[in-house]
Parts: sequence; structure tokens; C-alpha cells
Amino acid sequence: MPLEPLLWLIPLPPLVAFFVILLFTRSHRRLSHTLAIGLLAVSWLLAMIVFAGAVRTGGLAEHPIQSSIPWFPTGSTVFSIGTLIDPLGAVTLFFVAWTLLAIFVYSVGYHNFGQPRGEHDTPGLPPHGARSMDASGHGHSVPSVEPLYSRFFAFISLFAFGMLLLVVSDNLLSLFVGWEIMGLCSYLLIGFWYGKDSAKRAAVKAFLTTRVGDVFMLLGMATLYAQTGTLSYRTLFSHEVLARLVETPSYIPGLSMAALAGLLLFMGTVGKSAQWPLHVWLPDAMEGPTPVSALIHAATMVSAGVYLIVRCFPLLTAGLVHGSSFTLSLIAFIGAFSAMFAATIALAQNDIKRVLAYSTISQLGYMVAAVGIGAYVAAAFHLLTHAFFKALLFLGSGSVIHGVEHGVFHTGDHQVDAQDMFNMGGLRRRMPITFATFLIGGLALSGFPLITAGFWSKDEILADAFGHGHLVVFITLALSALLTAFYTARQITLTFLGEPRSEAARHAHESVWTMTAPLVLLSVFAIAAGWVGIPEHFPGLGGVVPNWFHEFVGSTLGEAPEAVAFSAVPLLTSIGVALTGLGLGWLVYRRVPAGAPDPLARALGPVHTLLKNKYYFDELYDVILVRPLRWFGETFVYQWMDRGLIDGILHGIGRLAGALGSFFRRAIDLPIINGFGDLVGESTKRAGRSLRVLQTGRVQQYLLIGLVNVVVVGALLFYLSALRP
Amino acid sequence: MVPLSWYLIVAAALFCLGLYGVLARRNSVAILMGIELMLNAVNLNLVAFWRYLEPARMSGQVFAVMVFAVAAAEAAVGLALIISLYRLKRTVVADEADLLRG
Amino acid sequence: MTIAQVIFVVISAVVLVSAVLVVVSRNIVHAALWLILSLFGVAALFAVLEAGFMAVVQVVIYVGAIATLIIFAIMLTRREMREPGQQTHRWWPLPALLAMALFAGLAWLLGSLPGTGAAPPALAGEDPVLLLGQALLSPEQYMLPFEVASVLLLAALVGAIVIAGDSR
Repeated sequence: MPLEPLLWLIPLPPLVAFFVILLFTRSHRRLSHTLAIGLLAVSWLLAMIVFAGAVRTGGLAEHPIQSSIPWFPTGSTVFSIGTLIDPLGAVTLFFVAWTLLAIFVYSVGYHNFGQPRGEHDTPGLPPHGARSMDASGHGHSVPSVEPLYSRFFAFISLFAFGMLLLVVSDNLLSLFVGWEIMGLCSYLLIGFWYGKDSAKRAAVKAFLTTRVGDVFMLLGMATLYAQTGTLSYRTLFSHEVLARLVETPSYIPGLSMAALAGLLLFMGTVGKSAQWPLHVWLPDAMEGPTPVSALIHAATMVSAGVYLIVRCFPLLTAGLVHGSSFTLSLIAFIGAFSAMFAATIALAQNDIKRVLAYSTISQLGYMVAAVGIGAYVAAAFHLLTHAFFKALLFLGSGSVIHGVEHGVFHTGDHQVDAQDMFNMGGLRRRMPITFATFLIGGLALSGFPLITAGFWSKDEILADAFGHGHLVVFITLALSALLTAFYTARQITLTFLGEPRSEAARHAHESVWTMTAPLVLLSVFAIAAGWVGIPEHFPGLGGVVPNWFHEFVGSTLGEAPEAVAFSAVPLLTSIGVALTGLGLGWLVYRRVPAGAPDPLARALGPVHTLLKNKYYFDELYDVILVRPLRWFGETFVYQWMDRGLIDGILHGIGRLAGALGSFFRRAIDLPIINGFGDLVGESTKRAGRSLRVLQTGRVQQYLLIGLVNVVVVGALLFYLSALRP
Repeated sequence: MVPLSWYLIVAAALFCLGLYGVLARRNSVAILMGIELMLNAVNLNLVAFWRYLEPARMSGQVFAVMVFAVAAAEAAVGLALIISLYRLKRTVVADEADLLRG
Repeated sequence: MTIAQVIFVVISAVVLVSAVLVVVSRNIVHAALWLILSLFGVAALFAVLEAGFMAVVQVVIYVGAIATLIIFAIMLTRREMREPGQQTHRWWPLPALLAMALFAGLAWLLGSLPGTGAAPPALAGEDPVLLLGQALLSPEQYMLPFEVASVLLLAALVGAIVIAGDSR
């Protein structure tokens, strides 16, 4: 069956859900979530059909599933918009559809569907429990349902629309539209609990920081459009257009147009995928509900940044003569740096979600670095596996938090922070499913050999780095992998192993099926997703299963890049750092009693404080950017320019007009115009009064005057006629 | 033989005397008498011209007859007016009929 | 000076002197009487001019009707037998000057008019009254003005009655 029409339909059901929920079913919780999940399932089904069809199609890269329509006329040409599924798009569609579905289902349980309404719950603040009587008349607090339940589903539906639109589009403009919709939803969802000041600020921070990246991205798109007149992938990334872009020098000496555009587009990725230096928004974004963190900051939105640079890989590598350019080197540097940077900060974080946030930044750094060194297939592979295991980890952390909150309600001690890992411990017994799935996710993140997806993708990146001689990148990424394994083991040990460190943890409780079922689903993928990309030369397993991923995705850009020759160094390195890190983490943290400080703090001393405060980047940005801008806005623009200058000018004009008006009235209107009018009247009256003397009413006088007149005029006429010759 | 011009001069003199009477007298009836003198002067003129210039044609005399008729009518109406004014204002002094004074 | 001229001068003198007295008499009844004399004189002049009908009509109409009417009017409009106040305005020199100027001009003009020194032509043999009658009553000549004059007199008659009639 033809797949092209299905492509257009894929993003639309969640959009419908958004409108219907917002307009009609806001007060019906069950109806709202049914609508949202149902319509997303429709999209999921269509996505699976398209994926199946795409996988079966031979030569998908040359003949992708695509269709386009002309959209708006631009002078003598027409801008077209359309959909395209090539191999890269197909695998992205696959993991996006699955993770969206899992997270939507999870949200039902997370927001406590089915629980009673809390008496003190206000919309805009997280729910804090309702009192309920159990059978024996014993009253205690239970979690209450989220007051703005339907709104949440509306927003995540809109978000799903944005992401799906981004994945199926065939041109940079509709990609940007989806990008920005997700940016909006990210703002709406991070600030979902708008009653919390920290959430509001985090939402604004996220939006503005990604905006910085987006502006540069827009400039990049504008450059491309100005140079080539098109934003459609097929046309833009064709050989002729790219060759022309490479030859055209840009405004910056030393960079061709292609390099400049690629750089600008990459800035969008830096913002959206929270790479250094625009990473500051992602940890704060943990203020949003956990499904939001999973959705936006693990599986989909931040992945969009990586998707962009993988998609634009031809542009980045255009005209490459010796395998590296300024743009690519910069990309590799930022990726590797972010990976390392974020991993170090994650070591010192106590909040379970913050660790995962920094972990995300770090893993995205891996992908970005992979693109920078030219291994786009490896980057796409890691994108796929990361989406699954990071979403799993976030959802798992949400489950843990819910479980500890159960304990908090049970004990009644609301001072305990349910998100602090140092208040947890021993949860493996109380929450077994969560523990098992979280463990799988954590192992995948660390790159545990062979059985986890993360191993295969991370190993491929390291192998590519080593094999193509990018040793600095290789060493940085390997060290980051070590740190990743360490902090992951730290997290798992503190949370699940050992003994509970607080009463709340002691009374924790496994989550409902709507939360645990998605965890199980995602853990399946976290294990199995790696097996589609086993390299051919792998000892033992290589060749048993064809490296489908490499062939399939690699064909996107024409010839599949040659698989890197097998070398034992990267393999041993990745296995080594994974196991070492995991082991060390477990050893250090397995016996941390309640109330004890972090052992690492004692070991690292002042460095630990630096890490814990995120290298003071937030404070730095506050001083050099935020405060000056606020001053600029509040004082300079508002008070001086707007009120002082502009309003001053307006008031001045007003006063001037008034003065001018009075002047005209006093000097011209009254004396001259009124005066003239009065003069006419007065002089007429005076003339009348003077002439009235003649009106005596006496006939004889009239006759006399007439006669005098006649005589005079007659004499005059007579003499005049006599004078004439 | 009396030249025409003598008649004309007499008529002119009569006319001017009548004019003086109209302009200078205060009594309205006296004014009317002046007007009668003027009309007579006119008639004299007409008849003199008739006699001296074209005695065959009667138009001169006819004209004079018309003047008679008009003079009669005018005297009648004028005196009626004077009487009416006298009834109203108990005076025949022309100066005192200044109701149209501005 | 021929006889005709002397007669003319005498009659003219009567006319003019009485006219002067008409306009300068202080007593208005005297003025009326002088007017009658003046009118008679003019009738005589008409007779001299061989316009007999005119002379008679002058006497009948002017003296018999108009002058009588004037005397009636004088009688009807006197409050006392004595005339109070001035008979002429304060500014009587101006009309006098004016009249004299006019006379001077007219006299000089009329005196220098060509064709006024000749003798009158002979009259036709026919009776002037007959001719006048024919002129007034024949449709080819002046019947229409004659009729219109009658209407005028009728109008004046009605008008005078209306104006002077009592308001009761």
C-alpha cells in the first residue's frame, strides 16, 4: 500500500488530541487521557506501518518515501513543504513512536489517576496528598490526583505533534517549526507547576537558553536559503548545491558558506541538546514532572539536536579534503568537552533526577563528538539506544520518587525530600520491578558489555574515534565513560542497595502497573536495541547477526561508510572502563549510613564543592549576562529610554501642541480673526450710524439730494462730452 | 412773432419756480401746488412744441391731454394722502411725516 | 417789439409773478389763490398758441377741479386760521440756488437751441378741435392711450376714496 499519505497523517492525531482536550474535555480526566493515548497510538501504528514498509524497501536512500506540496509562492519560485522518510528518518521514527507511547501511558500513573482529589491541592502546584479513611476508620494521607491532569495530556500531545513533525519533514523549515513547537511545550511543561517559583524560572531559563541557539540556527537556515533558494533536504544536500556552497566564501574569512551554515546550524544543536556552553537549562528543567524529563530531556527533544546535525552531515562534510574542517573540529571539541564536563558534575549531585540530567548532557556529548569525527552512523546508533535507556532511567526515577513519597505520606513527615538519594536506600526489596528495570537501564548507560544496548553503541563511537586517529577525543570519551559508570553505580547503590536511610524509604511502595509496564517495555529495548548494530569484525559474535543498522542507516548518505577495521584497543578500553567504574561506584557507596556525608566529598575536598556547584557556571552567566541584561531592560530601556525619552518626547509634543494652541489663540485667533470679524461688524454699524443721518424720513430732503445729484452729474456729463473732440 | 425759445424759457422758469416750491415749503399742500406748477410748465412746453414744430400732427396736444389726466389723478390721490396723514398725525407739515426715519 | 410779443410778455409776467407769489406766500390760502391766477395765465398762453381746446380744458380741469380741490384740502387740514411757524425750511437757500442754477442752465441751453428762432408755421385749414377729437378717438391714432388714461383716472378715483375714506 502506498506509504506517502500515511506520512502526512503521522503527526496529526496528537495535534487533534491537543485541541480537543484543551477545548472540550478539560474536566474529564479519563476522557482526556484516553483521547491522548488513543490518538498517539494511532500515530504509533502509522509509524510502525511506515517503518515496516521502509525497512522492506530496497534502496530506501535513493528512493525515500516522500511527498511534497507547494506551500507559498516566493517571487518566481514556490516554497514546497513535504514529508520524507529515508533510513535515518525511519529509525528515528521508530524510537520516537515507542518512547512517546511508553511515556504517555506512564503519565497516567505518575499523575495519580484514580486517586482522590486533595483538599489543599491548588492548580499550579504539585499535589500533596488527600486524607482518606481506610476500612478500619484509620485516616492517613494518600497521594492525590494532579489538579491539572488533562492539561498535561494536552501539552504532551502537542509536544508529540512537534516531534513527529520534525521527524517526517523533508525540509529545514518544517523541521524548525517542529523544533520551536517543542521548545514551546518544553517551556509549558517545565513550568507545569507554575505555582512554584523555581519552576517558573526554570521554564524561562530553558526557553531563553535554547532561544540563543535557535537564533543562530535560523541565521544558518537563512544563509542556506539565501545562497541556494531551497531548504529541502534532497535539493540542499545534492552534490551540485553543496559544491557551490563550498566554493562560495562567506563573510568570515577562512570559512566557506557551507562551513558557516553548518556552524550556525550546529549552534541550534548546542542549545537544544544542552551542550556546553548552553547546557545550563537542562538541570533546572528537572523542575517539571518526571514524564516531562523523560520525554523532553532524554528521549526526544534533546535528541532532535543530534538528529539535526546527523541530517545535515553532508553539509558539514562538504568539500572535505583532509577529513577535518573547522566546523567539524569545533563540533567534536564541544561534544567531547560536554561529555567530560557533565560527567564530572554528575558525580557530586544528590538529587536522583539531576544525576540523570547531567548524564544526558554527557551522552549527548558523545553523539555530538561522534558526528564531529565523522562517525554519523555511530551517532545515530547511540541516539537510538540512548533514547530507550535514558527514558527508562527517568521513568524509573519517577517511580522511585513516587514510591518514596508513598512512604512520606505514610509517615506523615513532609520535610523529607523524596528526590534526594541520601534519603533512599534498600528500595530493591520494596520496589522490585522498578529496581530491575532501573538496573538494566543503568547498566546500558554504563555500557555493560554485550547484553546492554549502550555497550554496542558506545563501543562503536570509541572504535570510530580510535580507528580514525582522533586520539584526544578517544581518551576524553573513554574517561567520561569511566565517570559515567561510576556515578551510575553510585546512583543505583545509594537508591536501591544497602539499607533504607529514612523512614520514608522504609515505607516505600511499588508503583501502579501504568508506571511499571512502560518500564518493562523500555528495558526490553534497552537490552535488545543494541543487537541490530553488532559490528562485523567483532570477535565471536560479529557476522552472526548482520550489522543491519550500519547497512541501513549508513546508506542514507549514499555509500555506507566503510566499517572501521577492528581493533582490540577500543573494545578492551570500553569494557574496562565500564566494569571498573561500576565496581568502584558500588564499593565506595555500598555502606553509606543515614545522615553520613558523601564519601566522595571527603576524598575530593574542595573539588567536590566545585563539582557540586556545577563549576559555578550559573553564577557566572548570572553576572555576565543576566544581570547586565536586566539592568539594560529595566533601567536603560524602560526607565531612561521608554519613560524618559519616548514618553518625554510625547509629553513634550503634547505640551508644545498646547503651547502652540494657546499662542495661536491669543495671538492670532482672538485679535486677528475675531478682531476682523468684530471689525467688520463694528465698522458696518459705525458706517450705518454715520449714514443714518441721511435717513430723515423727510421726502423733501430726499428730493433735494436727488436733484443735487442730477445737476452735478448732468453738468459733469455735459462738460465731459464737451471736452471730448 | 414770438420765437419758440421765449415760450421754452418761460416754461423753464415756471418749472424752476415749481421746483423751489416743492423743495422749500413745509406745508404738504404747498408742495402739491409746486408740483402743479411744474406740470403746467411741462404742458406749456408740449403745446409750444406742437405749435411751432409740427402743428399738423396732433400728438403734441394728445400728449398734453394725457398730462392733464395724469395731473388730475395725481392731485386727487395726493390730496387724499395729505388728508389721511392729517387725520393720523394732525399735521400737514411734511417734515413731521418722518416715520421712515432711520 | 410786435404786438404779439408784448402780449406774450405781459401774460408771461402774470404767470411768473403769480408763481413766485405761490411759492413765497406765508399764507397758504393766498398761495392757492395766486396759483389760480397763474393757472389762468397759462390758459391764456395756450390761447395765444392757438390751442383753444387746451386753454378751455386748462381752466376747467386745473382751475375748476384741481385748484378747488387744493382749497378744500387746505380747509380740511387747518387747525387754526393762523398758520403757525415758518412756511419754508431753514435751508431754503439751497433749493433756491438749485432752482436758479437749473434755470440758468436750461435757459442758456434753450436759448442756443437751433430752429427756435423761426416763426411758427401756418396752421392747416381744419379745425384743431376736430382733429384733436379724431386723434383721441381713432383706433389708428391715440385711442388706446385715451382709454388707458380713463382707467388711470378710475384707479385714482377709487384710490383716493380708499385712502381718504374714514376707517369706519
